[in-house]
Amino acid sequence: MSPAAHLPGVRQIAAQVNAGACPVAIVEAALQRAEADQLNAVIRVYRDSALATAAEVAQRVATGASLPLAGVPVLLKDNICYQGHPVEACSRILTGFVAPYHATVVERLLAAGAVIIGAANMDSFAMGSSNETSCHGPVRNPHDPNRVPGGSSGGSAAAVAAGIVPLALGSDTGGSIRQPAAFCGTLGCKPTYGRVSRYGLLAFGSSLDQIGPLCRDAADAALALAVISGHDPLDSTSSPLPAVAAAPTARALAGLRIGMLELPDEGLDPAISATLTRARQALEAAGASLVPVRLPHDRHAVACYYIIATGEAASNLSRYDGIHYGHRCQDPADLEEVYARSRAEGFGAEVQRRIMLGTYVLSAGYLDAYYLKAQRVRRLLVQDYATAFAACDVILGPTTPTPAFALGEKIDDPLQMYLNDIFTIGANLAGVPALSLPAGHTDKGLPIGLHLQGPHGQDEALLGIAAAVAAVL
Amino acid sequence: MDITPDQVRHVARLARLAMDEDSVARMTRELAAIVGYVEQLQAVDTDGVEPLANVSGLEHVLRDDQPGPLLDHAAVLANAPLANEVAFLVPKAVER
Repeated sequence: MSPAAHLPGVRQIAAQVNAGACPVAIVEAALQRAEADQLNAVIRVYRDSALATAAEVAQRVATGASLPLAGVPVLLKDNICYQGHPVEACSRILTGFVAPYHATVVERLLAAGAVIIGAANMDSFAMGSSNETSCHGPVRNPHDPNRVPGGSSGGSAAAVAAGIVPLALGSDTGGSIRQPAAFCGTLGCKPTYGRVSRYGLLAFGSSLDQIGPLCRDAADAALALAVISGHDPLDSTSSPLPAVAAAPTARALAGLRIGMLELPDEGLDPAISATLTRARQALEAAGASLVPVRLPHDRHAVACYYIIATGEAASNLSRYDGIHYGHRCQDPADLEEVYARSRAEGFGAEVQRRIMLGTYVLSAGYLDAYYLKAQRVRRLLVQDYATAFAACDVILGPTTPTPAFALGEKIDDPLQMYLNDIFTIGANLAGVPALSLPAGHTDKGLPIGLHLQGPHGQDEALLGIAAAVAAVL
Repeated sequence: MDITPDQVRHVARLARLAMDEDSVARMTRELAAIVGYVEQLQAVDTDGVEPLANVSGLEHVLRDDQPGPLLDHAAVLANAPLANEVAFLVPKAVER
């Protein structure tokens, strides 16, 4: 059993604090857990501001406020701006950068009574699937310290799984919330593209990035999403849909149409395959119907993604110029050297690899063959999803092909690392909501995640289905 | 598609990434492997399919042309590696 299971979740804490429990004591306990973290999941602890915020929450509740996240300790992935606090995307190029404003999600968390207690480790600039590209070193998986927690939101997932906090925010560009959630045994939700504002999120792939919660269960995720979602005029890609409902839409399994993808013949771990089979049987026994669905272009999703995401990243990361913020090289001879040497010294190897790939696919002579080609394939994949969701309410599959792999196992083989995201990338390309649900363990005790994908904009329904599925697993 | 060291040097220049010869050699190998993998897209029939730039369904989101709150200049300049009270500082870029 995960250590987190012994501690109260988001709903319980908010209910206790709204009923008069002292948020300062709750936050103090979380701060102590964060300070004692042995996993390298927490890279900064904000003791002073957290205790001050907790005291304010106590005051607000005492004067009659009922706050949806009253006193809930939260960790932010190190790519979300919290005014007055460092935000570095776990990259040396941003060492010492202090956020001059709040991300919209932070504004909303604080307004809702949440208490931000620190920053979570991550792959540098969210580029990685193992948390090994962080300038702070890897996070250890709480279920096996020799294994990775997944990435890029590895610190967020490990901290929730280890019971340091009941809620952490992550960001998901190709699976970066869901894959670590699966590896660590938490729930991780990537909302519909645009449902949560990215104002104040350090951009990676702007047509793909979404902020979302990592927490214990679907009801906690709904409560968190209700706070952070909803239109934001500061993000021009923000969806006009209203905020997600605070409770998941209750959904009976009887009559639910669950889409089943054809799985690859090889590469899927037998324990994950067996978990999926058991889940199918349990769902069918509960009255759901299993519907075969196809996403014919999904087999090209990883290739499509690594062109689009890196092209967007190359553009987004051009702002790190050694002039406006972050690292600057010593004694540059001229302006060109400020750019080229500051960037070479500040960005890690994986980030440089992706900037190079992205610059290549956007460069003269290659734009049509790679970038525009990938955008055409993306449209075909979006059409595949629309066809599939005409036949089913939700698509069920594994989140990852394998459970958490060993530290060091894939870090020298970028392509193998990329292929770890094979099941999660489609949802980002299509913009649909998706989540990873804890669904048991391998015989070595490593968590297994099931992946649920829903139609565009139906986040509430997806969370409701997740709650119903979790109840029969 | 082969990637040559000269192409890598050209792309590194476009990306403003200083790169020594060891890194050029390593990057040539790594990019060749990744580009070799993404070549699979060439086999997909996309005749008549328009490129899809974003999935939000939103178009040309504009706000009213009214000034909003500004970031605090001092807080912003405090993040600069080299600045004075009013500006970011860079090496001289234009000779008079």
